[in-house]
Amino acid sequence: MSTETKKYPVGMHPALPPPSGSVGPVRWMRDNLFSSVSNTVLTFLGLYIIYLVVPPFIEWAFIDSVVLGAESRKECLKIMGEDRGACWSFVYHRWGQFVYGFYPMEERWRVDVSFVLTALTIAIVLVEKLRAIKAVLIAAILFPVISFFLITGGSFGLAEVPTNKWGGILLTFIVGLTGIFVSLPIAIVLALSRISKLPIFSFFATIFIEFIRGVPLITLLFIASTLLSYFLPPGSNFDLLLRVLIMVTIFSAAYIAEVIRGGLAAIPTGQYEAADALGLSYWQSMRLIILPQALKISIPGIVGSFIGLFKDTTLVVIIGLLDPLGIGMAAIATTDWAGLSTELYVFIGVFFFIFCFGMSRYSLHLEKKLNTGHKQ
Amino acid sequence: MANNNDKPAIILSGMHKWYGDFHVLRDINLEVKKGEIIVVCGPSGSGKSTMIRCINRLEEHQQGQIIVDGIELTNDIKKIDEVRREVGMCFQHFNLFPHLTILENCTLAPIWVRGIPKKEAEETAMHFLEKVKIPDQAMKYPGQLSGGQQQRVAIARSLCMKPRTILFDEPTSALDPEMIKEVLDVMIELAEEGMTMICVTHEMGFARKVADRVIFMDAGQIVEENTPAEFFDNPQNERTQLFLSQILH
Repeated sequence: MSTETKKYPVGMHPALPPPSGSVGPVRWMRDNLFSSVSNTVLTFLGLYIIYLVVPPFIEWAFIDSVVLGAESRKECLKIMGEDRGACWSFVYHRWGQFVYGFYPMEERWRVDVSFVLTALTIAIVLVEKLRAIKAVLIAAILFPVISFFLITGGSFGLAEVPTNKWGGILLTFIVGLTGIFVSLPIAIVLALSRISKLPIFSFFATIFIEFIRGVPLITLLFIASTLLSYFLPPGSNFDLLLRVLIMVTIFSAAYIAEVIRGGLAAIPTGQYEAADALGLSYWQSMRLIILPQALKISIPGIVGSFIGLFKDTTLVVIIGLLDPLGIGMAAIATTDWAGLSTELYVFIGVFFFIFCFGMSRYSLHLEKKLNTGHKQ
Repeated sequence: MANNNDKPAIILSGMHKWYGDFHVLRDINLEVKKGEIIVVCGPSGSGKSTMIRCINRLEEHQQGQIIVDGIELTNDIKKIDEVRREVGMCFQHFNLFPHLTILENCTLAPIWVRGIPKKEAEETAMHFLEKVKIPDQAMKYPGQLSGGQQQRVAIARSLCMKPRTILFDEPTSALDPEMIKEVLDVMIELAEEGMTMICVTHEMGFARKVADRVIFMDAGQIVEENTPAEFFDNPQNERTQLFLSQILH
């Protein structure tokens, strides 16, 4: 091993490049794909499975598919002839319902404006360059309020649109976004109450969380849609969507509270002590020291809950609200479009995947951004 | 002023503390004058840390009196906060806030607790960061600093509140030998400037150099207290002699 090497004084040894073959794509493949006989076999098996699945799917979904020019499944089949692909025409045909539900045609611009405002809000909150405090405040408070008045109507000369006309993606967004943004602050309060030293707070928070977590969301939705009317005074008209929103929100708040409690438990006591020793009050130390760190740790769990909540919005179908899945199921129940369940579920799947995957990526980005290299 | 200076900074009298059934501190009596440097030593588990943590109420005492700057510590949260504002503390594990920059660590309490404008707080913070010789790290996060640097930031953070007293809870115990000196140098400088300090530490060189009094604790009691010279060269108590022989080799 003793090759003739030059002796350097300590600290003067230059940084040398790594020996060839220890980096680069070839090396990567050797390490990760072909490192042993069994791994090589698995690699080829994996490639074979991809070959079996992906090209036929692409052919079905894109190459042989029909989007325009068909008014029913029969016409779709006629256009396609021998090559049976997806009949997307029904999504195209029912697009208005998929997006707005049964929101009146002439009022749909109000929903469009709200969508734009929502997109703007999200952009302002997510894109750092736009994130001046004022802009965030306007976006986070003013835009939702405007959207609320726009969509419900009944004021400012806008015709009222009852909530049973709302549906489709509009409904998913309303339930999902309300649930997400309202449940987080409730969850923080619940988590802080649960770890509170005052028994009355921790007692009620624990009871609440355990009760909500112990019951399926479906049950809560049924309670919202049927049981609750028995308890309310007769004749009172407590909007079904509002009831659903409340149930979805407290359901997700209970889960997120537990995630945050986990984050709080991970903060070393030294942090509480340092905050105390500096004379910060309880709320100051929570807001400035403990929660920022606890929430950061909890991001993966919180976003996981958000994703779960967003997907769970499809459960409202069961109590008769028409989210995209409900709209689609109604559509494929008609004679024109009967038998297109594959297309429907692929479409709904892609729709939810886009948003859930987006949330998931954003959470990763946030984790990276907030990482200040702290490892104790 | 002279009259005011005669009043002790801290008085512990007949103080007892229990953890559940366990009697940790037994009849602690101690008076600390303004500007006095006190070093507390003793075997682990002897209650040194617990004692100084009682002084800013990180731990609660059950019996006896603790009076800090004329304010008696009771359950009154206002009084506790008042004491904490005037008493700084440095911890063994620094306990810097990892999600804030060094500068933010130093300005947080002055801004939120004292209501000092941000700009002024930052100037003060830079002043003290210069004093502990790390002004160039102000924009970094604690995780990017070495242990010795972190402890010096922690000292600067305490100083930014302009406390009358600083408590040190084994400030060098978690540091590599090379970094102990840089922290001790800062502490010595503070001592020379007349800060009231109570230091739990095993740095006997530091004790000898700057302490006005050394206190030896064992089994929750103050066993011996004396000037450093007397304490090290002529310890009275048998337990002290044994302890010193073990740590001084």
